Amino acid sequence: MKAAVKRRNESRWAGWLFVLPAAAFYVMFVIQPLVMTVQYSLYKWDGIGVATWTGVANYLRVFTDPDLFAAILNAVKLIVFFSAVPVVLGLAIAATIRRIAATRLALVARTVIFLPQVIPLVAAGITWSWLLSSTGLVNQLLTAIGLEKITRAWLGDFSTALPAVGVIGAWVLLGLCTLLLLAGMSKIDPALYEAARLDGAGAFREFFSITLPSLRQEIGVCVTVTVVAALASFDIVYISTQGGPGNASMVPGLEIYYLAFSERQVGLASALAVILTVLVIACALPIQWLTRDRES
Amino acid sequence: MVVILGGSLAAACAAPGSGNAQPTAPASSASSLSAAPTCGTAPVTLKGYFETGFPLPKALTTEFTKQHPNVTWDIREDQFAVITQNAPRVLADDPPDLMRLPQVSELVKNNLLKNLDEYAKVYGWDQWPASQLEQMRLAPGGAVRGEGSLYAMGLNFSMTGVFYNKKLAEQIGMTAPPETLADLDAALAKAKEAGLAPIAQFNGGATGGLAFPLQNLMASYGPSAPINDWIFQKPGASIDTPSNLQATQHLQKWIKAGYFWKDVNAVDYATMMSRFIGGDGVFMFDGDWESGNLDKQLAGDIGFFLMPPAQAGGKRAAMSAPLTFGIGANAKNADCAAEFLDWVATDTQARTIGVQVGGSHPMGPADGPMPPVAAGTVTESTLAAGAQIAQDNGAMDFIANATGAIYAKSWTPNLQKLVAGEQTPEGLLKSVQSDYQSQVKGG
Repeated sequence: MKAAVKRRNESRWAGWLFVLPAAAFYVMFVIQPLVMTVQYSLYKWDGIGVATWTGVANYLRVFTDPDLFAAILNAVKLIVFFSAVPVVLGLAIAATIRRIAATRLALVARTVIFLPQVIPLVAAGITWSWLLSSTGLVNQLLTAIGLEKITRAWLGDFSTALPAVGVIGAWVLLGLCTLLLLAGMSKIDPALYEAARLDGAGAFREFFSITLPSLRQEIGVCVTVTVVAALASFDIVYISTQGGPGNASMVPGLEIYYLAFSERQVGLASALAVILTVLVIACALPIQWLTRDRES
Repeated sequence: MVVILGGSLAAACAAPGSGNAQPTAPASSASSLSAAPTCGTAPVTLKGYFETGFPLPKALTTEFTKQHPNVTWDIREDQFAVITQNAPRVLADDPPDLMRLPQVSELVKNNLLKNLDEYAKVYGWDQWPASQLEQMRLAPGGAVRGEGSLYAMGLNFSMTGVFYNKKLAEQIGMTAPPETLADLDAALAKAKEAGLAPIAQFNGGATGGLAFPLQNLMASYGPSAPINDWIFQKPGASIDTPSNLQATQHLQKWIKAGYFWKDVNAVDYATMMSRFIGGDGVFMFDGDWESGNLDKQLAGDIGFFLMPPAQAGGKRAAMSAPLTFGIGANAKNADCAAEFLDWVATDTQARTIGVQVGGSHPMGPADGPMPPVAAGTVTESTLAAGAQIAQDNGAMDFIANATGAIYAKSWTPNLQKLVAGEQTPEGLLKSVQSDYQSQVKGG
């Protein structure tokens, strides 16, 4: 009896031993920076000299400084482009590709749509800043079909800079969503479709009654990943607009970078980072909860 | 795991930064020197940290080694933005003997740069025209610039003004550079009428290039000294003055008249250069770091003049800044680095390299040797402009250099808003002044 208990204890410790290397890395590179960021956020610090304690002053500043708060609002607006567009379009494209799954066209379509995901974001940003420039392809096309009046430098215009950045994000994330949803569709039992068709269901009915409910988890993953990408966006904005013109496309990720590395306000940057982290978790958790598989 | 967690928590208890090695305060000044220090004759390797894409420092170090064979170099290079971000850490951690410097106030405040006063005395730098070193002097604590101890040296000093495309200027009947602001206005109007783009300028991303014409206009309407006081953070200085308001209103007039490209808010520096070189734009507000480039690409077709004053016969002013290099407070070979800096400004060969490779006026005594420059080149006119600015005492630092963040966070967004009609001249100056005050106070 005693020996058995001992052995069980031993095996419990052995388990921890196996976890130790990974846990050590996790603590070093995830937990510790997180704790330090929270700590920095309570100080006024230029990154080199001795810091002075300021309590929650940095947090108050984030919510009262209109520029900082506007950056957070911009990130929320980007969710429409980074999340809603890719998921809805991705569903439509995946459903279409599934119907032609056996043809060569499906393979080509899959490859083409996934391609943006393979291209480095920096390259995508540069390509799009050419396409959207005042003499770029987008304006050439608009001129060709007689819409010369609305041509403009899309990334340099106050009203269009943020949506233009959003379009780049949508283009990048569409591939990921389509592929995830397509993978999800392939594991739906074909018998379900057959039964539905026997009952006289059309393509739309099939989609809404079988495909969509079966994809709950995949959609959950897509929405989570893309919402996080929108809130934590940095690279696309940094490459295409640098937050301009006049802060019109400023996002928290970029603002944190500017604050910490060019303004040397490490405390304020950390406070904004903590708020961004909380915001991301606050958005991701309900999505996870809503799309959890209820039956399991 | 407990140990690691404990360790990180223990580190988290002290105030950030208190664990960093803090170089002791004013002791970082060179000890009293009786004779000019040299690199000696024993082999020595100087550690350099330079800016990528600018061949001048390397050309100078190569020539220096040729003249002083015992000196070799260990050089690393980074983009200027990277240097700006890393400067405090590099100087605290692994101080270079010679380093390209970003805005220095923060570095001086943290005692990271060597005080060069003793070197200035023994080498006689304090006998040079005072305006050359003014921008690199800081009062104790680094709060105010323009006075106090010397913390950096220039390899040369740049000059800004207006470049113009001679062929296009001929087309609008402009045969000589404008003498007054009204002349310039007339030329701009004619260019617009002729269907040309009057001004080539950038204003996109995080770098608002309209700050160039704006500061030139400020210097046309008013004296340059108060602008420098503002940049140097002298107590009570303000950018929101009546003459600066006139200047900003004048810039707005140019914007409304369509003198800038329609997409100026999306044009970056490189795009501006390629368009101007391609013949799109009659005038361009820029600096003499492009002289060599323009002489090469459009030999004989480009002219340069200093911004004309509002009143005929008025003094001229220009943004002019030294290409700053400094010595780490704890650098191992500070004396040898100081000799190098002195050599750059006084050696005939070094000054020739400074002009031919760097394109700007060398530092040093007013009567220092000047290399011959081909007549009719842009380089010739920018060097002549340098002489006139010295005579008119019109050298200004750049309004973008007032604080570390004022350019990206205040001038740029406000100028972009001015272009889009979302900001007024009054509002622009008020907004920049209030950002300035909060940044000077520290955030």
